[in-house]
Amino acid sequence: MSEKPFRILPRITPENQHFWRGGAEGELRFLRCSACRTWVHPPMPLCPECHSFDLSPEAVSGKATLLTYTENHQPWIPGFDPPYLIAIVELPEQPGLRLTTNLVGCERCAVAIGMPLRVVFEEADDGIFLPLFEPEPGDDPDGKG
Amino acid sequence: MEVLEKRAALTGIGQSQVGRRLGRDPLALTAEACLAAIHDAGLTTRDIDGLSTYPGAAISGAPGFSGASISDVHEMLRLDLDWFSGGVELPGQLGAAINACAAVATGLARHVLCFRTVWESTAQGEGPRAGIGAGGGGSFRASGIMEWTLPFGAASAACWIAMMAQRHFFEYGTTREQLGQIAVNARRNAGRNPKAIYRDPMSLDDYLAARIITTPFGLYDCDVPVDGSTAFIISNLEAAKDLRKPPLQVEAVGSALHGRPSWDQFDDLTAMAARDAAKMMWQRTDLRPADVDVAELYDGFSFITLSWLESLGFCRVGEGGPFVEGGERIALDGEIPLNTHGGQLSAGRLHGFGFLHEACVQLWGEGGERQVAGSPRVAVAAAGGGPLAGCLLLTRP
Repeated sequence: MSEKPFRILPRITPENQHFWRGGAEGELRFLRCSACRTWVHPPMPLCPECHSFDLSPEAVSGKATLLTYTENHQPWIPGFDPPYLIAIVELPEQPGLRLTTNLVGCERCAVAIGMPLRVVFEEADDGIFLPLFEPEPGDDPDGKG
Repeated sequence: MEVLEKRAALTGIGQSQVGRRLGRDPLALTAEACLAAIHDAGLTTRDIDGLSTYPGAAISGAPGFSGASISDVHEMLRLDLDWFSGGVELPGQLGAAINACAAVATGLARHVLCFRTVWESTAQGEGPRAGIGAGGGGSFRASGIMEWTLPFGAASAACWIAMMAQRHFFEYGTTREQLGQIAVNARRNAGRNPKAIYRDPMSLDDYLAARIITTPFGLYDCDVPVDGSTAFIISNLEAAKDLRKPPLQVEAVGSALHGRPSWDQFDDLTAMAARDAAKMMWQRTDLRPADVDVAELYDGFSFITLSWLESLGFCRVGEGGPFVEGGERIALDGEIPLNTHGGQLSAGRLHGFGFLHEACVQLWGEGGERQVAGSPRVAVAAAGGGPLAGCLLLTRP
């Protein structure tokens, strides 16, 4: 029996595979503009800041800060059972560089907006690695472990 | 600056039967609403030369979200159209009404029929409410905006907007007890609306005791899917003068979206597009929030109403919680009567159009038991959450 929960997976394209497959090498990757160094997410064919078409994937540190979250109790997706934590996290590499993800490895009582997080990958089918986030080790904002 | 939308007026409204799992053909509901609106304005189908809707033809993965397309109505009513527009990429659901205002203001049409039909209650069947695109089976793959949310189980706007509410709670100290007043107020008003879905009294304790959907939202923070259709006649003001009812002039509209068009990438997670649409609307009029007699503000989720209250300047940003606390200010006899028909939370998810319909009902004094006293003259209707937002300010002469 698989330990992996059922997930609705993304459709992989040449434009998004750096993001969804980077976890195979333990890297969280985003497109970055070679000209002005802006990180660009979600992927698009040009840099929205300088309009350069020269973008390529680069790895970020994998650190993040919790912007907001919700503990979902509604069974929206058959086979993906609640409760689970959904979060929006922001990466330190650039203000506004964000993604929606799941918060894992923490009891709800310890979840606090602003807490430091780090990426952890969940391997899914088809070489896809979902970037999830867990509390940075040693950080225990509520002192409740 | 000439505010061209002032050349537009609401001249008729119509609404079909509204209910849970009616099992009726959505085209029949649509025709019922459209004919009622045409009749209400004192027009015939031959007078209708424009047609506008949201979201237009059906969208896959969202059962019952669209009940009729432009061509469905065009064909059913055998209209002769000089202008038409239907689409989902609009400034909120009422973007279809804003488009109609622009069409009659610029002379592309004289009388636009504007409609929106939902049949989500029947289409989604007996089971629990499904996520967007979540019913696609094992081989289904998420793409488009859902690529970035569905793999993480963020399968509904409930989750996306719950995160905005959570952020608002964090930044401003807003509480569930405060948010609950939006739902309790809606239920109280629904008790006076014979067409509302949920009319039994609901206390704040009832609200707090409901099962959690996605924190901080419980069941009563989420609107109730229904079947139903709503229609308006939006006319050129000159063409509106001799119609059956006094035209309700469009004082100003707001359609702006200045941030990124995304639920999770927008700069300000607590206000989003409502901030921009409301600011634009007030820049186009000398009226001020204190002049508004009735506010009909989208409540697909309770928090969206709070966000609109702040964005529209009924209170300061961040003070929506204290503003609605206790519920007195937003009650039918309060300083700003809010969602006087019961909103989508209790009257049913007519998806944005119910708010403009109710604004007209109140300005024409047709509210019956729920009519706001003192003959309201100015009403605001706003629809949309997240990156969707559109609003209209109406005045009765």
